[in-house]
Amino acid sequence: MSDRLLVEARGLTKTYPARNGTPPFHAVKGIDFELARGEAFGFLGPNGAGKSSTMRMLAAISPVSSGSLSVLGLDPAGDGPEIRARIGVVPQDDCLDRELTVRENLYVYGRYFGLKKQMINERIVGLLAFAQLEEKADAQVEMLSGGMRRRLTIARSLINEPEILLLDEPTTGLDPQARHVLWERLYRLKHDGVTLIITTHYMDEAEQLCDRLVVMDGGKIVAVGSPRELIETNITREVLELRFPVNAHAQIGERIRDAALGERTEVLPDRVAVYADDGEEALAQVHAMSLEPITALVRRATLEDVFLKLTGRSLID
Amino acid sequence: MIATGWTLRRTGSLVERNALIYRRSLTPVLSSIVEPVLYLLSIGIGVGALVGKVAGVDVRYAAYVAPGILATTAMNAAFNQTCFAVFTRMKTDHSYDAIVPTPLSVADIALGEVLSAVISGLFASIGFVLVMLVLGLVVSPDILLAIPGTLLVGYAFAAGGLAVTTYMRDFSDFQFTQLVMLPMFLFATTFYPLTVYPHWLRPLIEILPLYQCIEILREPALGIFHWDILVAVIYLAVFGSLALALATRRLSRQLLA
Repeated sequence: MSDRLLVEARGLTKTYPARNGTPPFHAVKGIDFELARGEAFGFLGPNGAGKSSTMRMLAAISPVSSGSLSVLGLDPAGDGPEIRARIGVVPQDDCLDRELTVRENLYVYGRYFGLKKQMINERIVGLLAFAQLEEKADAQVEMLSGGMRRRLTIARSLINEPEILLLDEPTTGLDPQARHVLWERLYRLKHDGVTLIITTHYMDEAEQLCDRLVVMDGGKIVAVGSPRELIETNITREVLELRFPVNAHAQIGERIRDAALGERTEVLPDRVAVYADDGEEALAQVHAMSLEPITALVRRATLEDVFLKLTGRSLID
Repeated sequence: MIATGWTLRRTGSLVERNALIYRRSLTPVLSSIVEPVLYLLSIGIGVGALVGKVAGVDVRYAAYVAPGILATTAMNAAFNQTCFAVFTRMKTDHSYDAIVPTPLSVADIALGEVLSAVISGLFASIGFVLVMLVLGLVVSPDILLAIPGTLLVGYAFAAGGLAVTTYMRDFSDFQFTQLVMLPMFLFATTFYPLTVYPHWLRPLIEILPLYQCIEILREPALGIFHWDILVAVIYLAVFGSLALALATRRLSRQLLA
């Protein structure tokens, strides 16, 4: 493996063995990826795609079933504690010590990494500022809002100054404002040179944060690239979304599909999506067919559309 | 795969965390003393007024019963912590999800939880001995030797409790533990000597871990010493270590799937 690569996975699989009559579960079915220092790398996919299982293997807390994985040039099977000492993990649930204060949570976590009290206290000053929690330093975690807890969880994961930060669904369950604050904090980390690995089922999050991402579905990687590349290679520049009365929806959808406007037409349960490089022109053609949609919207194509095309399903069920 | 070795430093960091949480409130320690004190008052002193003296021991009944109840104090304080507290951390708080990705091994986590529980058992025991002192039930200065004895009691039951916790599916499953703990409390010579039982039954009582706990506390508390106390020491050390090994093995499978 070259020095430049922080992570390299080849044919990586994760199989949970059969138990009490349930058959073995193949969560990750042979995936390859690599990650360079300083990258922000994303795993995009719906629930059950195998993202969290992959993250757990990367964090050296779940044994690799087959294939090879190297993290920081080390083998998770033999060098677990050393890998864990050099990475940071933000679990999906905050898993904070709710009875303790913000400061105590950071302190306790630093102790797990064997840091000296004085060093932890020095780092806490910077981390409180990073998490914008200086005012709340001595408040019990119980009293914090969801967004504050998330920021604290991220600050906690930075106490050992990790070389790689793993974030599992970092903004799930947060309100839009709290998400934007969090994204801005993560940009800052990226700017400071921390390598980020993010799982998400939000395409906007993947677009905002990731330099490069893999789209996962059913334990496999279905596409790799930068958000822009994925959109450019898989989908048209624009999408025209049309809504029709419920009783006529399916039939009109068929007509539009047969008319072959743009590159591709997708008849979804609630809307008809026409993929075309010029959405306005496609809309004009719809009008020319003397169809009157209830609503018509032209927008830029997103990763959501890429996912829909590659898997035939939406990201969020 | 994942190294299960432990280090004192890493284990100590978990003990430090628990200490930070427990120092916030004295309630758990106090509540683990209240119940045994009530037994001491009602059975030791109340029923004791009818009993007189225990054959072969030259102290009042309450002074005889007190070390037995001391053993159950250390036992319950430690056991409850590795049962309810640890189960809550596993299933409700998901605390270990944040700890497993640090350099701590599962062995560090298991031993750290056991040591925290041992310390709680020690505090509860010291509190109970102070109550004995106030009630005039301390009959020998050798009771100071019973204090380190409560560490061993705590170790055996903290480790046992942790092993039990790995088998629990939900909180109601803990009802089953009471089916074992309560009869053991009542029959493991807490309130009367082994000689009350017919000869054929005695080995069954002697196998009980609480019986061995009472052995190592009652003798010094009454200023007596028999070599068989060493059997109890070895029994509890082995019992605790086997339970800890089992708990660590099962926790590894649960936390590092």
